[in-house]
Parts: sequence; C-alpha cells; structure tokens
Amino acid sequence: MFNSSKVVGLPLSRIDGPLKVTGTAGYAAEYSAPDMLHGYVVCSTVATGTITKIDTSAAEAFPGVVKIYTYENRPKAAWRDSKWKDEVALPGHPLRPLNNDRILFDGQPVALVVADSFEAARDAAALVQVTYEAGEPHTDLAREQGDSYVPPVPRMQAFMPPKPRGDSEAAFAQAPHQISAEYTIEGEHHNPMELFATTAIRHEDGSYLIHDKSQGSQNSHDYICNIFSLDPETVVVRNSYVGGAFGSGLRPKHQLFFAVMASLDLKRSVRVEMSRQEMFYLTWRPTSIQTVSLAADDKGHLQSVMHHALHATSRYEDYQENVANWSGLAYKCDNVTISYEIAKLDVPTPGDMRAPGAATGITALETAMDELAYEVGIDPLELRVINFIHRDQNTDKDLTSKALHACYREGAERFGWSERSHEPRSMREGNELIGWGVATGIWEAQMSPAEAKVRLSSDGKLTVSAAASDIGTGTYTILGQLAAEAFDLSLSDVTVKIGDSSLPKTTVEGGSWTAASSGTAVQVAAKMVIATLLKAAQKIDNSPLAKATEEQVEVAEGRLVLETNHQVGIALSDIMAAAGLDEIEEHAKIEPDKSIQKKYSAYTHSAVFVEVRVDEELGQVRVTRVVDAVAAGRILNPKTARSQILGGVVMGIGMALHEEGMVDHRTGRIMNHNLAEYHVPAHADIEEIDVIFVEEDDDKASPIGVKGLGEIGIVGVAAAVSNAIFHATGSRIRSFPITIDKVLGATALESETLQ
Amino acid sequence: MRHFSYTRAETVSEAVAALASDPQAQILAGGTNLVDLMKYDVAKPGSIIDINKLPLKQIDELPNGGLRIGALVSNTTVAYDPRVQERYPLLSSAILAGASPQLRNAATTGGNLLQRTRCYYFYDPSTPCNKREPGSGCSAIGGINRIHAILGASEDCIATHPSDMCVALAALSAVVEVEGPQGKRDIPFADFHRLPGDRPESDNTLAQGEMVVAVRLEGNHFAGHHTYLKLRDRLSYAFALVSVAAAMEVSDGKIVELRVALGGVAHKPWRDMLAETEFAGQPAEEVTFRHIAQRLLAGAKGQGQNDFKIPLAEKVIVRALKQAASGRPQVQSVKAIQ
Ligand SMILES: Cc1cc2nc3c(=O)[nH]c(=O)nc-3n(C[C@H](O)[C@H](O)[C@H](O)COP(=O)(O)OP(=O)(O)OC[C@H]3O[C@@H](n4cnc5c(N)ncnc54)[C@H](O)[C@@H]3O)c2cc1C
Ligand code: SF4
Repeated sequence: MFNSSKVVGLPLSRIDGPLKVTGTAGYAAEYSAPDMLHGYVVCSTVATGTITKIDTSAAEAFPGVVKIYTYENRPKAAWRDSKWKDEVALPGHPLRPLNNDRILFDGQPVALVVADSFEAARDAAALVQVTYEAGEPHTDLAREQGDSYVPPVPRMQAFMPPKPRGDSEAAFAQAPHQISAEYTIEGEHHNPMELFATTAIRHEDGSYLIHDKSQGSQNSHDYICNIFSLDPETVVVRNSYVGGAFGSGLRPKHQLFFAVMASLDLKRSVRVEMSRQEMFYLTWRPTSIQTVSLAADDKGHLQSVMHHALHATSRYEDYQENVANWSGLAYKCDNVTISYEIAKLDVPTPGDMRAPGAATGITALETAMDELAYEVGIDPLELRVINFIHRDQNTDKDLTSKALHACYREGAERFGWSERSHEPRSMREGNELIGWGVATGIWEAQMSPAEAKVRLSSDGKLTVSAAASDIGTGTYTILGQLAAEAFDLSLSDVTVKIGDSSLPKTTVEGGSWTAASSGTAVQVAAKMVIATLLKAAQKIDNSPLAKATEEQVEVAEGRLVLETNHQVGIALSDIMAAAGLDEIEEHAKIEPDKSIQKKYSAYTHSAVFVEVRVDEELGQVRVTRVVDAVAAGRILNPKTARSQILGGVVMGIGMALHEEGMVDHRTGRIMNHNLAEYHVPAHADIEEIDVIFVEEDDDKASPIGVKGLGEIGIVGVAAAVSNAIFHATGSRIRSFPITIDKVLGATALESETLQ
Repeated sequence: MRHFSYTRAETVSEAVAALASDPQAQILAGGTNLVDLMKYDVAKPGSIIDINKLPLKQIDELPNGGLRIGALVSNTTVAYDPRVQERYPLLSSAILAGASPQLRNAATTGGNLLQRTRCYYFYDPSTPCNKREPGSGCSAIGGINRIHAILGASEDCIATHPSDMCVALAALSAVVEVEGPQGKRDIPFADFHRLPGDRPESDNTLAQGEMVVAVRLEGNHFAGHHTYLKLRDRLSYAFALVSVAAAMEVSDGKIVELRVALGGVAHKPWRDMLAETEFAGQPAEEVTFRHIAQRLLAGAKGQGQNDFKIPLAEKVIVRALKQAASGRPQVQSVKAIQ
C-alpha cells in the first residue's frame, strides 16, 4: 500500500537540522524587542504554609528594577477556575501564580521581579525578603500512603482501572507459582536542555507576538487569552523550535503567565526565562509505589494478575496517568484485578513525562514477570511469548495490529539471547558479573483531531502549514515528506510552517500522536489539492483526464496523470495556467475514525534486551548493550524514528540507574535541584544501542499506517535493566533508581544467604 | 549575584595586595566554581580579583626531578603534560577522573585546591548551613547526606572536599606554595585543607590575603605502582562517592613505601601517614590491603544515607591497592574496574 514512495520511509536528515546546528533556529528566549524588560521569578523556600510578609524594598531600590509583583499587587486576571484551564488541564484547581498568601509546594512562585536586564532582575530577586509561617510538610509518599484515594474525577476514563475479571485472589491462591512484590520509583524531574521561557513582544497597537516554549502554541494562546480576556485575534503565539520537552510543555507554565501579565501591566515587551532550579518545581514524574502479584501454572501460563498502583499528586490538582491498566492487557490472563490511587503531598502537580504511566507501571509489571519466570523456572522471554495475546482483554476489543512476536524474535536474534544461561550469576568476565534482561514495552497508538493546509504554487512548490509542534521529534521533516510524496517532489521543494497559533488547529504535541494525526491531515489536504487540480484539468478542452476520478489520478514528475498510465496527463503548470490560478490551497480537518475505535484498540509494542555488567564488590553497574525491537506501524523516516528510540532508551537507563529528585522531607525541599547533582546518563553510561523496527502493516491505527514513536522507546527499559542486574547478581532490586548503595546492600544480603 | 568591583591583577604582589586589603575580595581563576556560587547567591564577593594575567601558567622542572605547577595551569594541561604523565601518572589519572573535558580546560590548579564542597545545602541559601553562614546549623545532619563525610566530620559540618586532583596531590605529598602580605611560605599538602571542627567556614589554612602560586612535587618512585580509583553515581561527570589514590614501591612482593589517600569521605583528602609507615615491609597482598583499609577507616561514622560508604570505601581501597601492587592502574577511559 505504501511502497512506491520516493521520500517517505527514507532516512532523511531533518530539515531543521542545519538551522539548529548553526544556531539560527530561534528559541523562545532568543527573541527580543526594543526596550524589552526581563522578569525573574522568586520561588518559595518552604513547602507549605503562608506568607506573612514580603519585603521588596531592597530589591526595588536595586538599579534597573522596574516593578516587583507579589500576591499583594498582582494585576487582575480571570476569576473563574474554568478560565485557567488549559487544553490538557487536570481535575482540580489550576495554579494561579501570585493569587494569595498560601504556599502549596516548595518552589512555588511568590514574586516576579521585572528589570531592564536579566542580571538586574536576578540580582534583585535575591534581595526580596519573604517571611513564611511554615507548616509541617508532607512530601514522603511512603508515609502518606494511608491517605491515598481513588481520583473522584477521572482525568480520562481510559485511565481508570478496568473492572476486575475472573477471580484473581482465588486463582492466585490456587496457582502453583506465585510472586508478589512492591516496587518504588523515585520522582523524576523534567530537564530538557532548553529552559522554559516566554518572550512577549508587544506591538504599538497592543497586539502580541509571543514566543513561548511549549508543546502547543494554540494551547498557550487560548490559555493566555482566557486569563487576561484578550481578543484572540490580536495574539499570536509561536513555538517554532523547542529544545526538548518530553511532556513538560504540554501545559502552559508560569513564565508565560508572568511575561504577559507584566507586559500588559507595563505596556512593554517582556521576557521571562526560568532558572534551572525552577525546572525542578514544575511538571515531574510522580514518585510511585506499586504492588504486583502474579501467579502461573507449571508451564508459565498466567493464572492471576493483581496490580495496585499509587502515585503522588499535589494539594490542588489530581494528576492522573495510566499506570496499571497495562497489566490487564499485556498478556493473556482471565483473572485480573487492577487498582489505582493517588495521594496528596505538598508538591507541585506532577505531569506527563515521556510515556507517563506506562514507564512507571510497566517497570513494575515487567520486573514482576521476570520474578515469575524465575519462580516457574522458565526463560523470561519464553514466559512472555507463551502469554502473548492478540486482544485487549481490558476492553475486550481486537487490536489493530501487534507485531510483538516479531519484536521478540528479531530482538532476541540480534541480541544473541539464545546464548543466555538461565542461572543468575552464571556469566562473568574479569571482576564483573554479566546479566541479560528482557522486558516488553507497550504504549498507546493514538490519534487526535488535527487540521492542516497544503498549498501548491504555480512554480510547483508546496507549503504545508499546521499549528503542530516539533519538540525535537522531527515533525517538520515528516510532514514535509508526506506532502512531497503526494506530489512526487523532493523534500527540498516543500516549505513546512508549524509552531504558530494562527495556523490550522492542532492538538498539543503529546502522546506520540502527532505523526499519525497531523500526518494524516497533511495527506488529506494534499489529496484535496489534487482533487481541485483534477476539477480544473477537466475543464480544459479535450482534457485527457475528462473521465478520470480522484482515485484514478496521481501526480508524477510535475504532471497530473492516470495512475495506470503515466502517459496520459497534463502538466500541473498547464492546469493552473488554464484555470488562471497562482496557487491552490486546501484545508483539511481530520478526526480519528470512531467506528474503528469502537472495534479496535491500538498499541505500539517493543521488546527491550539489555546487557549489564556489575562489579558486584563495588556496586558499579554498566549497561553495555541494548537492543530495542519496536513495532510501531509504518516508519516514515527511519533516521528520525531511530533517534526517538535512542533518546527513549537513554532516558530509560536514567530511570533505571540515575534519575531521582532528592527531597529533604523535614522541609519538603528538593535538594539536588541542579544538573550537577540530579543525574541523567552521561556519555560514559551509554554504550551500544541497537534499534530494530519490525514490519508492521496497520491500516487502522491511523489512515497513514503510523502508530507514533515518541514514547515507546523508554517503556520497559528500566525493567530490562533491573532484570539484567538480577540475572547478573542474583539480587532483585525493586527500588528505582538502582544506585550503588542499593546494589551493595542487595548483593551483601545475597552473599550472606549464599554462605 | 550581587554587584562587585572587578580588578585584573598584573602581578602576584598586586593580587596579594588587593586580596589583603579587602576581606570580601575573592580571586577569580577558571571561574568554574566561583561563578556558579555567585549565581546561586552563595558567594557574595565585594570585589573580584581576576588573576588570569599572572605569570603562573608554567610547569617548571625542579632540580630534584620534581615539578612545579603554576597555580593557573589548567587541569587539562597538567593531566596531559608528558612529564606529569611519566613521573606522576597518578596525578594525571586523578584529574581525568574528574569533571568533564570542558570544565578541566577552564579549571586551574589553584582553583581546584580551593573549590568548595558540593553539599546540597551549601548551594541553597534558603537552608541553614554552618559553612555558608556560621552558626546557622548543619542541614545535612539528618538530611540528604549520601555524598557526605564518614571520616573527620564534626557536629557542625559533615561536608566533603570534592576534588579528585587533590586526592592524588595528597598521596604524592605535594607542597603548596603560597604568597601573602607576609611573603611566601610552603604548606605541606596534608596541612593545606582542614577538618571542619567548629569552624567549617574555613576549608583550608590560607591566611587572609594569601593566595596559591604553585604546587610542588618531589621526585618519586611510584610511577610503576599506583592507581586512582573512583566510584560515583554515574560513570563519568559526577563527584566521587569514594575515591582512592594509591601508590607504592614494591620489592620482592613486599611493600617498601605506601601512600593511600581517600577522596569523597572527609573534609579533606584523607591520609593516615602513621599507618602507611607501619605497613611498610608487609607482603603486598590482599590480606594486608584489607588491614590497611580497616586501619584507614577506623573511626568511620555514617550519617544514615551515606552509611554504605564505609563498606564501599573498604572495598575500593582493597581493589585500588591490588591495582597498584599489580602495576595495572585504572585507566580512566575504561569503565570496567580492573
Ligand atoms: C558540573 C561540575 C562537575 C565537576 N566535577 C568534578 C569532579 O568530578 N571532580 C573534581 O575534582 N572537580 C569537579 N568539578 C570542580 C572543578 O574541578 C572545579 O570547579 C575547578 O577545579 C575549580 O577551578 P577554577 O580555576 O575554575 O576555580 P574558580 O572557580 O576560579 O575558583 C574556585 C575558588 O578558588 C579560589 N581560587 C582560585 N585560584 C586561587 C588561587 N590561586 N589562590 C587562592 N584562591 C584561589 C577562588 O577564589 C574560588 O574561591 C566539577 C565542577 C562542575 C561545575
Ligand atoms: S555539611 Fe557542612 S556544608 Fe553541608 S550543610 Fe552542613 S555545614 Fe553546611
């Protein structure tokens, strides 16, 4: 169906690459305007309590300071909660910066200093004296477990656990093999390279061009227009280039509010850029505690699955993600109970972070599957293979496709899994024990409503436009490829315009749905342009295409031709000249197909194979080899696709071994709020990563056969690493990240029991 | 960052005079630590004395086969100097175990000695910290302290000195040349950094107005048997949880002379010279190494989160001594530990 392409499916370099490497791609904080002011945020230093006094006198006297905003003098903004709710807002009350004297989390904005330079604003910010009556912070999820609850208002129905099926308790009790364990994952904090920043450029007529780092220019646009009652026509928001986001930019951040607030108040252009430290007080992957109980018969067939998940949320919003439902659909099992709760802590509202929910839940499930394999005494890959099911038992729907067997097979072969010896501690080289682990990954293949325009100009070039975002994922490039393909052009003949709120409506870039959704919209718009061309062609006297239907024509070498006979056709330039047209532009609006969604569930899958080497005596773990075999439908661009998976695997290794917000629960303050002490993998931590895309034809997940790739790369990685550590050492570590102290503690216990 | 005055010194005496005249003055060398601390509002120097123009950028030969490393020689230059690589491979290795290439390019020898602790609380002015604000209390005790000291800590401060380079310099018994208003003096490396005691605000024994001008190394016989072994929370670009600089002379399977310094475990590079002499003459084998480790760690005390460092340190010391004895030092670009 998609085989004839000359552009789609090729490993093309991203079209924005040269701009990025030459520093000419503009990021939000790089725009400026004459006379622009700079804002710097003062953050609370207590996690709960009230502000008793804010003394801004010293700061105000600082040279260059223009104005300092606190809750006492904040300009008016919308009163109703609903006005503060962005496109992906959560149940609860959205944070309103500087709304009152209450402190709900450490790092909450308590003042904005505006000055004529960034340095002056930052220096003055250090002089703002805030006095608090601090309450006793509750930030330790383990201690607050008792107050957990089922979210009363679901964020999405699909996040709520499916009804229990069968009798999981009884099946568990009767099964010959059982495991039950608790898994904890520390909170992780979004730290893309680019800091959140907004440059609000105010024009003389009071209209705005706002450069805002986000994953949705229209979401930011609507948010700010709602809060400040702005005429939507007078505001354009752009996120032309985004230096990484991974979910952190789905919801508007306080710097957007502040930049616009100060700009409206002072009638000047204003830029507000966050500090690295502030990044730790935003959207984060919440700390979680999960219990998974699995039971199997002697052959390894699952008899019972029970998964309870708990994660943190804030005092003011009920953040929710789909943590545990995966356990009801990953494998065949007729007795399943899934439960899900959240607990309020004095923390900022958590948010989506690459594969939210799945990265957490599947880490627990897939570690538990490994434990079960050892309990039953079969190969961990074999256990997964025999429990395979091509159906979503949670919803009792068929799947659009699931080439997971191919992932297992091709991944295992590339990795050399058949050489593995089952016994833990059975492979060694030098001072290191070697372990091989495997895990399955799953993520939703989603589509969202999307619009796009395609314009053909008389010189034969194309322009594609949509408000879509490219958060480093390659959106520019794949949309260009899809348009080029429809017109038999090369990528350089296409101009792609995205990242602008005035362009055709697009959902925020998240959930790995952009390629499927915006890609489909582009393809439909391109087809509409061709239909218009055909109509015009048919008006030409003696048109050779007079009787042709839309389905029978295509564009080849600059001509509209019959699909079956390229000799029959008319040059596009002739058609346009005859019709007196300089350009043809069509606007497509697409929606996911409800009838398909009713019948099918759509997921991407992967099989992750990991080799670790553990210096058992010293506790040092090295991830020396990863093979990630992915089934994600049609791959539009193997190069950008591979980059997505590589990045996901690296983040997964970070989740397994490094990332952790360290909170001093006495004060509720996160202490390693910088990139020197909040560790993500360094180059030395990353060795060979091999990415395989297995063949998967899927014409239902999306009309263009695409399933999405932004998130699947991280899912399963942490489990595969921990399983490999178990295989190497014989010690099971159920607390992530797996740091040296945990390895030493676990292996010390292990060697005690061995003695 | 607060306003400060800026002076670019042209000579050492000019720098010393400027430093001595203003207790709020601070020297700027590579700036990789000081500028960060200023941005965090931790360091608030009234004036900055930029010493980058001073003629302290050479590594000079000394008559006894030693080297004199100027205070402004970059960490990278020291690490890759052929004479250092040949005579003090331990020093070269320790430097390469630290930070990142970019930082090492900017960081200077003097700055590395004077870098401040990485205690989380020290970097966060909103928290009590005796080192930053004497008398305010120590937040790390009972708090987040996985990177903190297990040796020589006090009730007022449990911070560690974070340098890798200094651990090697301690093992090599370097001498720090300083110059102040009173003139020049030498400080043996072991006396340069200090334990926190009840004055955690001072990291070292420099007097007001004194600056480091060079580090001197004597000739030695350790090039054959040495290693720098560092354990950290990721495989590069992280400060040491525990590191060991080990050097020895071995003859007939026996230790002739021994040097062991520990990093990441105390307020200064940790060395026990008495113990070192006592182990001379002992067989260079694992049992001895374990005894050395136990001896060095006698009196070690954990703070909760860092308890693991005590057993870890013992194992790292033993492994490092094995590496040194066998003449197979850890190669920093190889992440598997030999
Ligand atoms: C992210 C990060 C990771 C790092 N990782 C490591 C690591 O793993 N291992 C490691 O060892 N180091 C590490 N470092 C620290 C680095 O080694 C130091 O920052 C550097 O050595 C300091 O040298 P500098 O010349 O830049 O000092 P500066 O920042 O210029 O100065 C530091 C201090 O020394 C004083 N000073 C400088 N020169 C003199 C002098 N001649 N006489 C008297 N006082 C002086 C200054 O006044 C200041 O107080 C890391 C740093 C960062 C930022
Ligand atoms: S350990 Fe030292 S540096 Fe850290 S908080 Fe305590 S006094 Fe401050």
